[in-house]
Amino acid sequence: MDIVVKNFTQKYGVSIAVDDISFRVKTGEVLGFLGPNGAGKTTTMKAITTFFTPTEGDITVGNLSVVDQADEVKKHIGYLPENNPLYQEMAIIDYLTFVAELQGVDKSMIKERILEMVNVCGLEGEKHKRIAELSKGYKQRVGLAQALIHDPDVLILDEPTAGLDPNQIVEIRELIKQIGKEKTVILSSHILAEVEATCDRMLIINKGKIVADGSPKDLKKQAQGKEIVKVTIEGATADEVFTELQGIENIDLVDFIDKNNMSFEIQSKNGKSSRKSIFNLCVEKSWVLTEMTPIETKLEDIFRELTMN
Amino acid sequence: MKKIWTISKRELQSFFDSLMAYVMIILFLGFSGFFTWLFGSDVFFVQQASLQSFFGIAYWTLFFFIPALTMRQFAEENRSGTIELLLTKPISDWQLVLGKFFSTLILIIIALVLTIPYYISVANLGPIDHGAVWSGYLGLIFMSAAYISIGIFTSSISNNQIVGYLLALFIGIFFQIIFGILSGSVGGFLGKLLDYLSVSTHFESISRGVIDSKDIIFFLSIIFLGLVLTEVNIRKRRLT
Repeated sequence: MDIVVKNFTQKYGVSIAVDDISFRVKTGEVLGFLGPNGAGKTTTMKAITTFFTPTEGDITVGNLSVVDQADEVKKHIGYLPENNPLYQEMAIIDYLTFVAELQGVDKSMIKERILEMVNVCGLEGEKHKRIAELSKGYKQRVGLAQALIHDPDVLILDEPTAGLDPNQIVEIRELIKQIGKEKTVILSSHILAEVEATCDRMLIINKGKIVADGSPKDLKKQAQGKEIVKVTIEGATADEVFTELQGIENIDLVDFIDKNNMSFEIQSKNGKSSRKSIFNLCVEKSWVLTEMTPIETKLEDIFRELTMN
Repeated sequence: MKKIWTISKRELQSFFDSLMAYVMIILFLGFSGFFTWLFGSDVFFVQQASLQSFFGIAYWTLFFFIPALTMRQFAEENRSGTIELLLTKPISDWQLVLGKFFSTLILIIIALVLTIPYYISVANLGPIDHGAVWSGYLGLIFMSAAYISIGIFTSSISNNQIVGYLLALFIGIFFQIIFGILSGSVGGFLGKLLDYLSVSTHFESISRGVIDSKDIIFFLSIIFLGLVLTEVNIRKRRLT
């Protein structure tokens, strides 16, 4: 089921939380929603899940509008809200039964679905405990289990790995990836590595506007206009190497990283590569080239560049 | 209908799991039993096989207990954020409100059913007006339903249970006694209006065995109004 967000605006009183954004998520796609706190991620998710009615614009989930056909939309969505609210006093099985009944899962199927969810989410050993007795990681799994209980076509997860330990994070990510193969998934996070690891596509939102849209790879490529390499050369004095390097035509900027170690950061001119020339220079002068590493732009840098101003 | 029952079932379970239900039932039976059998104008003092004293005491006990039961219902969901879970499930706002309403009503009915031994005992003591007893129970149920709907409404206003409780008592006390008192000192149309708005007027007439459509309409209007306002409150949240 495709999710189409069209000119969606959400206002709280006079302040604008989300400002006229549009995007589309296709079936089988895992979309990562990134942005600093208060950028409008949660607001957008709440609108998709019909918790808020959009102030302006429309959102459709598989051609059903959240404004006019909210009840139909809800049937197709599994939602894990921010902070994972749960009825602490309930036992896991009772809670999952309650959610399954609300979601209109067929009575004969409820038991089977719950067993399956307990398996998929790794709740086997805990299933008779009350939710309040569980650790944070297990609570998160219960939250996921309740979102998945009716086998929804669309999954909306608001910070699914917040507050988990590294092992649990890896497990939950694997789970999301596995689920994401057949379903449409939107997840929000401000952990960049997480989005890189789980998502096919990412959307960076800042102050209510989309500032970047694409696969993590594409975004990196886009941001990386210039080739930057780290080079370490032996066999001459630093100053000599420095002047010679600056003489190469394609090189825009040479900078010392560590003068004693003879390592330099070399930035080429736009769209040009200077790696070959550097190598040739070393051969010509019989210097020893001990290191040449391309410096990649990290997602963190892109994120900072797009959201800091 | 099934969804309403799903909500009610969970609420009832939560009443019993949190011991709230047991505490409420025991206190209710204790208070009403004490004043029906042992103290004040009890059955032996009145020297009449009648449950009037029981209805009188139940009228006040329920008035204080009901807000304590309803105060949690929406306030707690708002506070913990579980309201978001419920409202993004395929149920309507009305199903949610009615589910909560019926869960409390069912608990009150359970408490009232447990007082039937009082009725049987009194009936064994002398000739009793069976019709008056049943209509008395009916009156208690209607009055409870009215206060439940007020309590649910005040609970939906904020995410603080105490605010819900006090506000429910504040609104309730007008219907419970203030309108009645005022109607005595104000004459004319206003006096009649205040008299009509007083729960005690309607409760007394029902519990005497006179079931008038006027009384039923009064209670149903309060119930309806309370529930509509709750629903509006929930819907308002969505429109931000």
